[in-house]
Amino acid sequence: MAKRLGPIGPALIGFAVVALTLGSAMMTAVQKPDWAFGPADVLALRFTLLQASLSAVISCALAVPLARALARRHFLGRTLLIRLMAAPFLLPVVVAILGLLAVFGRAGPVNQIITAIGVQPMSIFGLHGVVLAHVFLNLPLATRMLLQGWQSIPAERFRLAVTLDMPPSAQFRHLEIPMLRSHLPGALSIVFLLCLTSFAVALTLGGGPGASTLELAIYQALRFEFDLGHAAALALVQFALCFVVALVALRFDENPKFGAGLGREPAIPAPGGLRKILDGLMIFCAAAFLLTPLAAVILRGLPGLGSLPPGLAEALVRSVLIAVASALLAISAALSLAMTVARGTRWLEPVAMLPLAASGLVMGTGLFLAIHPILPPERLALLVTLLVNATMALPFLFRLLLPEARALLADYGRLSDSLGLSGAARLRLVTIPRLARPLGFGAGLAAALSMGDLGVIALFAGERSVTLPLLVQRLMGAYRMEAAAGAALVLVAASFALFWLFDRWGTRHAAA
Amino acid sequence: MLRLENVKIVQDDFHLSADWAVPEGARLAVIGPSGAGKSTLLMTLAGFIDPVAGRMTWNDKDLGPIPPGKRPLSILFQDQNLFPHLTLSQNLGLGISPRLTLSAEEWDKVHAVLGRVGLDGMGARAPAQLSGGQLGRAALARALLRNRPLLLLDEPFAALGPALKAEMLDLVLETTAETGTTVLMVTHDPNDARRFADLTVLVAEGVAHAPRPTAELFANPPPALAAYLGQ
Repeated sequence: MAKRLGPIGPALIGFAVVALTLGSAMMTAVQKPDWAFGPADVLALRFTLLQASLSAVISCALAVPLARALARRHFLGRTLLIRLMAAPFLLPVVVAILGLLAVFGRAGPVNQIITAIGVQPMSIFGLHGVVLAHVFLNLPLATRMLLQGWQSIPAERFRLAVTLDMPPSAQFRHLEIPMLRSHLPGALSIVFLLCLTSFAVALTLGGGPGASTLELAIYQALRFEFDLGHAAALALVQFALCFVVALVALRFDENPKFGAGLGREPAIPAPGGLRKILDGLMIFCAAAFLLTPLAAVILRGLPGLGSLPPGLAEALVRSVLIAVASALLAISAALSLAMTVARGTRWLEPVAMLPLAASGLVMGTGLFLAIHPILPPERLALLVTLLVNATMALPFLFRLLLPEARALLADYGRLSDSLGLSGAARLRLVTIPRLARPLGFGAGLAAALSMGDLGVIALFAGERSVTLPLLVQRLMGAYRMEAAAGAALVLVAASFALFWLFDRWGTRHAAA
Repeated sequence: MLRLENVKIVQDDFHLSADWAVPEGARLAVIGPSGAGKSTLLMTLAGFIDPVAGRMTWNDKDLGPIPPGKRPLSILFQDQNLFPHLTLSQNLGLGISPRLTLSAEEWDKVHAVLGRVGLDGMGARAPAQLSGGQLGRAALARALLRNRPLLLLDEPFAALGPALKAEMLDLVLETTAETGTTVLMVTHDPNDARRFADLTVLVAEGVAHAPRPTAELFANPPPALAAYLGQ
């Protein structure tokens, strides 16, 4: 039995992850969930599924031509553009929404153009807005996953196609469709899952009876109605939904590596003529769509820096401390689990991926229900946020580290064992120096995600535990847009700075 | 004395058995066709593969329960014998202390051994700055520092040219003779065996045969060896 469970430390981490994800869902189940769902709940379920399906399909439908254009075109600044286009994945969601509001909002340039040609202005709130924001946030991820798919097609295959004089349509049928058949379901299900569990978008752009998600309904039940039974029942439905989708996503998952192998030069035939123009147009439009809101955040935020709201410094310090602590916690746990799985303790692999099935709000609800009979939950708001953020980042970091851990073990495992390197000495002399690059990148990712997180903190926060994203959201809610823009700029600067610092540590300490 | 008592190794459909002993201080070549299990035999002695039956002892002490790093042996692999992110001195220092916490005298020892294998003054270099022959010397130097009574060589010099390989084998002979180290060397080259080893183990058809005097074995090869040698 002990041999099956593997070493004690990683096994304990595994149990903690299970407790935080499955345990918190169980916690809601034992709270006597109130299964009396009203019509509003049914609407919320329908809206949740509708927006997630639309967002996933649109993101992936755009990602196919975009990834292909990026895969087969050489141009100046291609690498930089690919990097920049990944920024929305690291961008705090509230900041992304502020940027989208600036571009697509009622007074934004897009609506000005639309009304100038005599069409009704579009609203960014409701289904439109939620889908728009989800496509903005997930198009880069879907594009990256598919770009890796294109790069996974051996160059020899394309060379063969060229010698056989295959036209682009035949290449598409014989080379690219088979690749898409294996990569597209994974991208679709991951984006669908992320949209199911996204809370901040629905909180800011959704709302009302026609545009409420399950996550939002949980939040309202807990925070405003204080109907614990209702919140518990909703959380269980949400958990079951995510669990099923996560199982599907993992089935299709072809080891997506977030951020690896994008620098390679394209070896794919690049047809000229109309196709070249269309590729160029695709890249231009996607870059404009993804980068204009970023630019708007900076432009709007700069004047706001003059009128920063009180409490910003405290919120910033709180957010940075939580982000750093949760990044260190998440990367340590991911490293420990990845090394243990690489050594052959297989049961920890699904455990490390388990948080994909849990949303921050479901975990938060479980912890809220567990804590509130003992303590006022806001007393533990920061600790809970730290733990939940670390847990949510774990699957991504684990996936990033697992192939590296396997390679390290294959290359230097026996050498280390034969020299008696073990424990802390092995960590210091071999593991950390060899894995510094993915460790730094992963910790940076976790820090940025935690820095921008607006999920569980919204459930727990009292007056004295406001984080920076929550402050921005509250300013937006109070229509203090200039102050919100200023605070958002500080938030995005802090997120990217944390990512950059961790990533730079990794590249500087990366061993030859 | 190194003793293998009815040792049986099984990996999927591969199996190997061995039942013999080697006296202390012997130099043993392990020869046989590729895939026969020469490396597997060394990996089992080193503790990376557990035999399914039998036991291995060194001077009557059972090796089975001892983890690889604590066994009374050093092993040189085919490649990846040095950590590329550590300097030569640090790589050698690991032979004295796996925590790399060495006293000043111990660092002096590291530098002395570097000189002994012809790498004087190269301690600060990274492995990537060394030639293949120098990498072999460095790995051997660390084995000297570890000072274990058994040395296992899993073709660490296979990638070197004939002259360089002969030079390395001479260096191994010279340094292990001083300490009375027992050496087991995997090779697929009969000349290496003749040059280096007084005893040779033939690994073929699922059996690691008992060691026989090298000259005698090659003068009168059993059918499996004759087939391997193409005679």
